[in-house]
This record gives sequence, structure tokens and C-alpha cells, in this order.
Amino acid sequence: MLNATLKELSAQLAAKNISSVELTGEYLARIERLNPSLNAFVALDREKSLAQAKSADALIAAGKSSLLTGIPFAQKDIFCAHGWPTTCGSKMLANFVAPYDAHVIEQFNRAGAVNLGKTNMDEFAMGSSNETSYFGKVKNPWNTDAVPGGSSGGSAAAVAARLAPAATGTDTGGSIRQPAALCGISGIKPTYGTVSRYGMIAFASSLDQGGPMAKSAEDCALMLNVMTGFDPRDSTSLEREKEDYTRDLEKPLVGLRIGLPKEYFAAGLSADVAQAVEAALAEYRKLGAVTVDISLPNSQLAIPVYYVLAPAEASSNLARYDGVRYGYRAPEYGDLADMYGKTRAQGFGAEVKRRIMIGTYVLSAGYYDAYYLKAQKLRRLIAQDFSAAFQQCDVIMGPTAPTTAFNLGEKSDDPVSMYLSDIYTIAVNLAGLPGMSIPCGFGSTKLPVGLQIVGDYFAEAKMLNVAHQYQKATDWHLRQPL
Amino acid sequence: MIVGYFMSLTLADVKRIAYLARIEVSETEAEDYLRQLSGIFELVEQMQAVDTTGIEPMAHAQDVVLRLRPDSVSETDRRGDYQAVAPQTEAGLYLVPKVIE
Repeated sequence: MLNATLKELSAQLAAKNISSVELTGEYLARIERLNPSLNAFVALDREKSLAQAKSADALIAAGKSSLLTGIPFAQKDIFCAHGWPTTCGSKMLANFVAPYDAHVIEQFNRAGAVNLGKTNMDEFAMGSSNETSYFGKVKNPWNTDAVPGGSSGGSAAAVAARLAPAATGTDTGGSIRQPAALCGISGIKPTYGTVSRYGMIAFASSLDQGGPMAKSAEDCALMLNVMTGFDPRDSTSLEREKEDYTRDLEKPLVGLRIGLPKEYFAAGLSADVAQAVEAALAEYRKLGAVTVDISLPNSQLAIPVYYVLAPAEASSNLARYDGVRYGYRAPEYGDLADMYGKTRAQGFGAEVKRRIMIGTYVLSAGYYDAYYLKAQKLRRLIAQDFSAAFQQCDVIMGPTAPTTAFNLGEKSDDPVSMYLSDIYTIAVNLAGLPGMSIPCGFGSTKLPVGLQIVGDYFAEAKMLNVAHQYQKATDWHLRQPL
Repeated sequence: MIVGYFMSLTLADVKRIAYLARIEVSETEAEDYLRQLSGIFELVEQMQAVDTTGIEPMAHAQDVVLRLRPDSVSETDRRGDYQAVAPQTEAGLYLVPKVIE
């Protein structure tokens, strides 16, 4: 049952071979047993989860269920869920209980899904190793000395260790794809504007996007069907027809043109990752695809541009944490300015403070044009590189991350080296394109390798098709660590 | 390759940024920030090598126009719920240290 697809779980529930209460209870028992060594969950509420499961069972009994009804999902602790602690991995929100539901949570609730618990994450989604969480590091279930990736590291570890059938994540610079790669699971960041950001705690609003993290591309497609949709409460939510993301899953790949950006196979890519990706490309050729060499000439600018734009937006977004309306307030202070300064000094962790300071600097008088505006112009060049590339190919492929999971502590004192682990994922966010990672083998230290698939705007159904066909021909996505 | 707009941060810059960001920093912390932020700005400096004359800045991925909604009340009154999570309230008001003497 631990490897069951969402469709199989749904069929078992519909046939009443298992109830949602039983299924949820089994996962809660597994979490209780395995979470202490992984730290993937930061909040569990047995009573709430089981109450939802009970309602789901009633829906199923009444014949009113839909595909995800009764299935438990782990929710990244960045999504507000009414009555649940919603901490974003920060001391600043350690005592915050959300008074409302995020759009994504509403959609899961409407589908009759069960909230299994909230998953650990890098503080305010700022990190690539899940080491910046106020609630402690998450361990990679393949090797507990290694990081799970970040920022959606708790969700990735939970799915990899089969502590949940699937989970949600968010991706600002690679936070779904990089942990999916490092933990050997599948995850997709849809086109910017596809999943509502309402109730999803903001980091860098022009880049943040929620998405599914699951065992397979097919499961991702089914979750995307529920998670997407226009929401007027998010000013950047796109007014589009509802799509069925499973519609193209079974299409053959004959004639598919896969673009291989030379910049993604250059220096900095470790040999074992390159080898696994090459093997995946060979498999795609067997399935009838052809590969085309392409170039994304401004790739090297993605990280510098990102580390101007994302901190700038973060410094504005995180200005709201002032100890007045919610969250942490310093226990002792003098005047109002002192209260702000102490609250923010004590409530935020080191990485978050670094990024707020970078953002404050690049937005400050006299520096705006040289940094923020310059970065926005370069962002357009990066996006144009992709538009040009998609004239020559249907999807772009390459490694998701330059290495397999690194060790805990290895990069935590060196922000710049940490930032470089997102070198292949960041440009996709800047362009607003959909990006995905699926497992495609193991590296020299027996840790998973992720294959990144990037599509043109709104090409999610095609990307999921491309991923699903590979998963029908291979079994990397079925490997599990525990 | 690296064109110098960025002249390197000073400790005084770091303290000014921290003040603008309303984050209290100690002397030792300021020195740590100086080292770390300088490393990050060296990375960011690569941007200056590219000529961007005539390029339109890109604010959002999809060049969408912000929607307008009817100017009508759409929220219900949930003050009690929202203030339940506040550090300090009294009679429906948020309490902060006195601002005006």
C-alpha cells in the first residue's frame, strides 16, 4: 500500500476495502514511528486529521466522492490551514494558528482530501537544504547524514519515506524541484499564476508558486487538477479555463524534440549526475524522442539576478512581521522602534535576516537602478532565451541540481555555495515557466538524481506526459529508502 | 569581466541597512554580515557586465494587467479571530509602546 498510486488508493477507498479513517490512521502511525529520525513534520493533529477522514468516509458512503476524497496529504507549513499551526519554519510564526485557509487548502478540502499534517521547511522558504528551519533540520531518508534539499525538504522527505501518499510544496527558485531531486520523488512547479498564492505565506511574490510533490508524474497531474484554478484573491492568478492535466499522459513520445542547453551540462555538474541524466536521455531516444542542442546564453546571470529580485521582494513582504498584529514579539523592549528591532532580530533566523538586508540595500535610495532595475532587465533577457529555445524544441531537459544531496552542515556557513545548488532551477522561476523534476537514477554515493523537465508556458500536460511515459518505461520512481 | 559599480560595503553601510530593515544587530553580528553580504554582492556584481540598454524591465512573468474589483464590502467582520493571534490587544485595539509623549 505504501507504493500505491493516488488512483489505486482512490479505488481501494471507493471499493471500501479500506476506509479513510484506517488509511489516515496507518499513515499517522508510520509518521509516529519514523518522523523522529527525519523531522519531516512540524505539526500533527490526530483528532483533526481523523475527523476529516470520517467526513470523507461519509462522502464516499453517500456516493459523493471525487478522486482525492479520503486520501491524506501532507501540507507544506507555508500554507495557512484554519485552526492549524502555520509557522513557515520560523520562530516569528511559531505561535501562529491560521485563522483562515489558503486557496490550495480550500481546494483540497473541497475535494474531500485529508490534511495529514504540516511539513517542515527552510525558514520562510529561504534555503536549499532545509537546515534553516527554526524547528530543526530535516534528514534525507536515503541517508540521514545528507540534506533533503529545500525549501520544501519536509514534504520531499515525507513522500520519499512514504510518510504521506503525496504532499504540497512551493517553489521560488527551485524549492519543489531541488528537494524532489535530492529525495528521489516527482514534483512540478506550474506556470506562474496557475496556483493561487492566497494564504501561501509570501517570500518573493513574483516568483512564488505552489505545486505538487508526489511519487509519480501521474499523481502530480491528479493533484494539479485540484490545486489550480482562478482565484480573485491573488492579484496574479490567471483567468484561464480549468484544465485536465491527465489528458495527455498516455500520448506516445515519438518525434518529441528535447532541447539540451549546453550551459546545463558544463563545468560544475558532477560526473555521476551527468551520467544518470545521459542514461535518461538515452531512454527517451528509445521512446522515440530526438534531442536537439540548444543554448540559454544568459544562464550564468540567473543566480545574480535572483539574489537581487528575491531578497528585494522578501524585504518588502517580511516587513509585516513587526510584533504588532500576529507572531512573535520580543519579551522586553523600550520604545516602538526598539520593539521592532528586537522582535525582528530575535524572531528571524540568520538566512532570513541576510536576505532582508540584501533586499533592503538594493531597494534603498541610490541603489535601485543599479541593482533592482538592472536585475529586472536581465530577467527579461533570461525569459527571452527560453522563448527562443522553444522555437527549436518541445521541452528542455537537464539535471535538476548539480550534485546529489550534500551532507548536513556542508554548506550552511557559506551562503554563496548554497545558492549555487539552485543553478539549474532559478532561471525557470525568473521566466515564470513550468518546471518539473523526476527521479532518473542514483549517483556514486547511492543518492537519487533528478531529471529536470522544463516546458513552455502552460505546457504542464505535455511535461507530465513526457514524465509519465518515462516512468512507465523505468522504475526509478518506485525505489524507496525505508 | 567584473565591472565595479559595487565599491564594497563598509561596517557603517551594514549598520545603516540593519537600521532601515529594523533589525537590531550587535557589533559582532555586523561584522559577520559585512563578510557574508560582501560575498553575495560579489556574486551579484556579474550583472553589471551585461549591457541592458533598451531592455524593458520585467516585473512579472506574465505581463498581466492588475484586475479591478467592484468597490464594495466583500469581507465579513472577523476582528475577534484575527486579534486572537495578536501579541497584545485591548478593547479591539492592538497595543504598542507609546509613540507620542
